[in-house]
Amino acid sequence: MTTAESTATKSGVKAAGGSKFTSAAASYLDERTAISGITKELGRKIFPDHWTFMLGEVAIYSLIAILLSGTFLTLFFDPTMTEVHYDGSYVPFKGVEMSAAYSSTLNISFDIRGGLLMRQVHHWAALLFVAAIGLHMLRVFFNGAFRKPRELNWVIGFVLFILAMGEGFTGYSLPDDLLSGNGLRIIDGMVKGIPLVGTWVSYLLFGGEFPGGVIVPRLYSLHILLLPAILVAALGLHLLLMVINKHTQYGGPGRTNDNVVGVPVMPNFAAKAGGFFFVVFGVIVLISTFFTINPIWNYGPYDPAPISAGTQPDWYIGFLDGALRLVPPGWEVVLWNHTYSFNILAPMIIIGIFILLVLLYPFIEIWVTGDKREHHIADRPRNAPVRTAIGAAGVSFYAVLWAAGGSDVIATHFHLTIEAVTHTLQALLILAPIIAFWITKRVCISLQKKDREVALHGYESGRMVRLPGGQYHEVHQPLDDYERWRLVDYHDYKPLMIRPGADGKIKFSQRLRAVVSRWFFEDRISPATPKELEQGGHH
Amino acid sequence: MAKKDGGSAESELATKDGAVSAGTAVIAAEVFQNPGMPPHHPRATDQDPKKEKAAARRVGGLFLLSVASSIFAIVAYVIFPITPGNLSSVRLNNLFLGVGISLALLSIGIGAIYWAKNLMKDGEWTEPRHPTRGSEETRAAAAEVFKLGNEESGFGRRTLIRRSLIGALVVAPLPAVVMLRDLAPAADPVALLNKTMWAKGVRLSRDPDGTPIKASDVTIGSVFHVIPDNLGDAESRLDEKAKAAVILMRLDPQDLHVSEERKDWNYQGIVAYSKICTHVGCPVALAEQHTHHLLCPCHQSQFDISHEAKVIFGPAKRPLPQLPITVDDEGYLIAQSDFTEPVGPSFWERA
Repeated sequence: MTTAESTATKSGVKAAGGSKFTSAAASYLDERTAISGITKELGRKIFPDHWTFMLGEVAIYSLIAILLSGTFLTLFFDPTMTEVHYDGSYVPFKGVEMSAAYSSTLNISFDIRGGLLMRQVHHWAALLFVAAIGLHMLRVFFNGAFRKPRELNWVIGFVLFILAMGEGFTGYSLPDDLLSGNGLRIIDGMVKGIPLVGTWVSYLLFGGEFPGGVIVPRLYSLHILLLPAILVAALGLHLLLMVINKHTQYGGPGRTNDNVVGVPVMPNFAAKAGGFFFVVFGVIVLISTFFTINPIWNYGPYDPAPISAGTQPDWYIGFLDGALRLVPPGWEVVLWNHTYSFNILAPMIIIGIFILLVLLYPFIEIWVTGDKREHHIADRPRNAPVRTAIGAAGVSFYAVLWAAGGSDVIATHFHLTIEAVTHTLQALLILAPIIAFWITKRVCISLQKKDREVALHGYESGRMVRLPGGQYHEVHQPLDDYERWRLVDYHDYKPLMIRPGADGKIKFSQRLRAVVSRWFFEDRISPATPKELEQGGHH
Repeated sequence: MAKKDGGSAESELATKDGAVSAGTAVIAAEVFQNPGMPPHHPRATDQDPKKEKAAARRVGGLFLLSVASSIFAIVAYVIFPITPGNLSSVRLNNLFLGVGISLALLSIGIGAIYWAKNLMKDGEWTEPRHPTRGSEETRAAAAEVFKLGNEESGFGRRTLIRRSLIGALVVAPLPAVVMLRDLAPAADPVALLNKTMWAKGVRLSRDPDGTPIKASDVTIGSVFHVIPDNLGDAESRLDEKAKAAVILMRLDPQDLHVSEERKDWNYQGIVAYSKICTHVGCPVALAEQHTHHLLCPCHQSQFDISHEAKVIFGPAKRPLPQLPITVDDEGYLIAQSDFTEPVGPSFWERA
């Protein structure tokens, strides 16, 4: 940078009204980093404001809480499975043989000041992290915020969700307590059920037979090194793409597909988002202060023989465990001298397909609509009835699996037999998505019809008028332009018409697309038009 | 603001490039017009200087409260130490430290948000969006970069170099894969899975204290959690226990349905079964005395002990393997042999 330029920058910064020190510091930095360019570009970037946009923020802020509390824990945790005799403050375990991992976790809880608090912050924040990601994904799905140009960011977000669950499971396994050890035992059993390679994968993973003496240090390096590195990198990419694509916004007066309406990063968004970080962190610490989570001292060190009834994994693993529970008896066969454990493979395959559909949904929808335009206005869920219904079906599928993860707790709590609960959930796994799809679609369409009616005829005012002929009539209050705009600003699609190609033939893919397209759009409700409003006034 | 036609179907972004297909979207000829931003309503703090001042005081107060809370947390750390063996000292330390830190964080957060909402300039700003794709010039220049790269290196033209490089890059990671072999010892896992510590003459002893069990101690209906007597000698105790854990019950011999080939495997109605579930390996630890059923708490597989532990409910397929037992001269229960099949979850090479 030339002197003239740098002087110009200097005086420019000064003119902006900073103190002498800030302007000198800014100038110093800029001369070495050209940071003024980025500041100019992003400093007043506009962020749309809506509470649903904060779900992703909650995820990021709880991740920061996880990283900070996790770093504290690494200072005291001993990730080895060396057998030690416990010699800490927790009297019931004095002299008990246990792994160093379990013993050091007890020490963090009972001998390090603030250790229990940090353990609980780490665990609660992790639970919140996965929950926030899940809700954020649902928000993006039901808003259609995954549409072009954001399909790739949906994929990255999906990867983050999987990584978050991976981080959760590896972290859960580290204290080497009775519950986490049983979780690993289940993983071992599932891995062994994989055809051809299962036995060997389990053998390599555990460094010998289950449980072996190396799984905790191995999971530890995944948990604190490999997975967080990928996670933070993927998060960086996720945010970078969000900045490039700019955030979606809800439709409304003044908001178009070509603009962003909201508040600037400096100062308004920075203050709100920064403040919100402290609120999220504060709430996590508050919960951790008052509510115990994962009291490993109640479970005891891992031992392959004992177990207690009603044990539950962390909430986000529940759906996987539930899938295992719902398999009907007898799904294991021996063929050509090899064992095929369909009681393990079937849930893995079904969940795999489910997860794959989640991953691919944006690409499926763009294939169906053929709409290659950019979409920056978030759909109201009612205005995409079939998408919303698919989402509801997916949520109920997940919910049934999740409930199945606690089938024994449901049975004991409500005094039912485990058989009845299991059979009901098996039926619901198939029925609930179908029912949820149908109800949701009908509700969406009814809401759309209502919107049309309100847009065209106004609100019911509650004022009854008696006409000269003796009829009674309720006066409708017309909407103003702003209110009406919210109800009419959306896209609709018509089912695809099949047309033969240049060679006069209709390709199979074309037919398939038409079938799916019809399924998506045959019941469409078009947005109200000015013409209809005009006519509506006369009848 | 919002001068533009809002009918999103006709939005500038969407139709700027004629090549972008709208698919089956309905492009209505006549749509409502975006009415533009609604009128702005000023806030109380914008109109009343007194309220503004009060708001500023509140923000400052919250930030000062945060300072006080952080100091409180530090003080709590010192004056509520943990006394070894005293759980309530842990609880107090956790409580006061946590309250201090949460208050410190929450007051910063609430203060900053309150500041933004009530004192920072109010309103909504608009900025234009541009198509995500680069401009035509940029795209052409990028294509040119690749074209030049290809021409100058000859990547497309020199097939020998290209193919051999791709080959080298595919093969290069293979050593890394092979190096994973030593994650586990040299021994064959299948052989290990096929045997446990049980052998002829090994006494059945109580889990966890290891005292041997006399047949006469096992009354009808009682359940024992059992480990091999020599488990303490094992090199890796937990690995062996994960295979050798056994559950022992005594049934009235009349209730016991024994097949011909297993008629010598029980001792006067005392039967021993592997405690490791044949589904994914949890301990099948819950016994129901009057039904003789065993329940696995992980995935609810149920086994009927009176019928050689066959599966009566749940995802497991195979019965729990039975350990053939008898008694020695002193009346202690002993194994007749190892299990006759692998215990625990199924695996590919099992059959």
